[in-house]
Amino acid sequence: MAGKSSKKAASIDMTAMCDVAFLLLTFFILTATAKIPEALPVDTPSSTVQTKLPETDLATLTIGGKGKVFFDLKGREVRTRTLELMGQKYGVEFTDEEKSKFALMEGIGVPVESLKQLIGMKTADRSKAGQPGVPKDSLNNQLAEWVQNARIANIELNDKELQIAIKGDANEEYPSIRKVMDILQDQKINSFSLVTGLRGKNF
Amino acid sequence: MAELNTGDGGGKKGDKKVRSKKQNSKVDLTAMVDLAFLLITFFMLTTTLSKPQSMNLGLPDKQDDPTDKPIKVDENRTMTILLGDNDKLVRYVGLLATPVAGGKPKDFTYGKEGIRAELINRKASVLDYTKDPKKGMIVIIKPGTKSNYRNLVDILDEMAIVDVPTYAIVNDFSPEEKKLLEGK
Repeated sequence: MAGKSSKKAASIDMTAMCDVAFLLLTFFILTATAKIPEALPVDTPSSTVQTKLPETDLATLTIGGKGKVFFDLKGREVRTRTLELMGQKYGVEFTDEEKSKFALMEGIGVPVESLKQLIGMKTADRSKAGQPGVPKDSLNNQLAEWVQNARIANIELNDKELQIAIKGDANEEYPSIRKVMDILQDQKINSFSLVTGLRGKNF
Repeated sequence: MAELNTGDGGGKKGDKKVRSKKQNSKVDLTAMVDLAFLLITFFMLTTTLSKPQSMNLGLPDKQDDPTDKPIKVDENRTMTILLGDNDKLVRYVGLLATPVAGGKPKDFTYGKEGIRAELINRKASVLDYTKDPKKGMIVIIKPGTKSNYRNLVDILDEMAIVDVPTYAIVNDFSPEEKKLLEGK
């Protein structure tokens, strides 16, 4: 009799626990945002500083692959508005469909003139397309225009100053980083974030 | 562990039918719960850890006006760090022509035993010299054209670890400084 009762106690009704577990699981799956593949994968250097990047009002300039610069922006509305402003500036008309597609895209690294083709591509093809980077020389400084228009768009829509983050490859030479910093400083952006990986405390 | 009592009493149909049905409905959920919690843990960790770290950097205003005179600082408080290729790092204290005692140009390595120890020492000695906590050490970082981004972030990280009150990134090199980086 005693042996039987102890056996009974060992198996607990798991139904409620299972319900809770799956409820939580569903919650976490739904809140987890799908990670958009990076257009230009870079290996960021690590630091001990642990400031988190903001989730909104952020533009990321990715520098890698011998001075290529890719531009990325958070927020769908801001992206759409920025694209409109850039289209006006360079005389490129974007359809509504292209705008909404651009709003969900990853970072871009092509001149505005060939942006239409890039938007038209499939996501898988885009990463293989070998994007040359946003032009940033003094004659055709589209990077500066992107940053400027993104700031305008962000102030129009969110009434907040856009934060700029620089995400550089660890092996990138300093002059190409400096070039980007100079472009930002020309617009009086003197404060920005450098994206880094995490390093142990005992470094 | 998992028991699915099937086939029990399959032979005796009739009065024991209800009982066997009741037994069949009980499935052991332990494994399922295990799996669910494993997935929960995975999603919890990935959502919170995926946010990238960042380091704030403030640069001084660009001086476009050539009539603006650069601000003069006490050379006894400054340390200049030159970054070169292949993780080369040279530092001097004070002016290059007339360095402070023990502050002649010297090669250092990155990390704990290298530049950090030197920075901590200098920080203390500068405070001894000024006797004013508001006038701490000033570090001038000069990344050379051959240095890479990792060097820059590493040295900025050292600034954050040592808690250097004032530091700046300066891009112009004097010919002597260039020689220092290229020499040897």
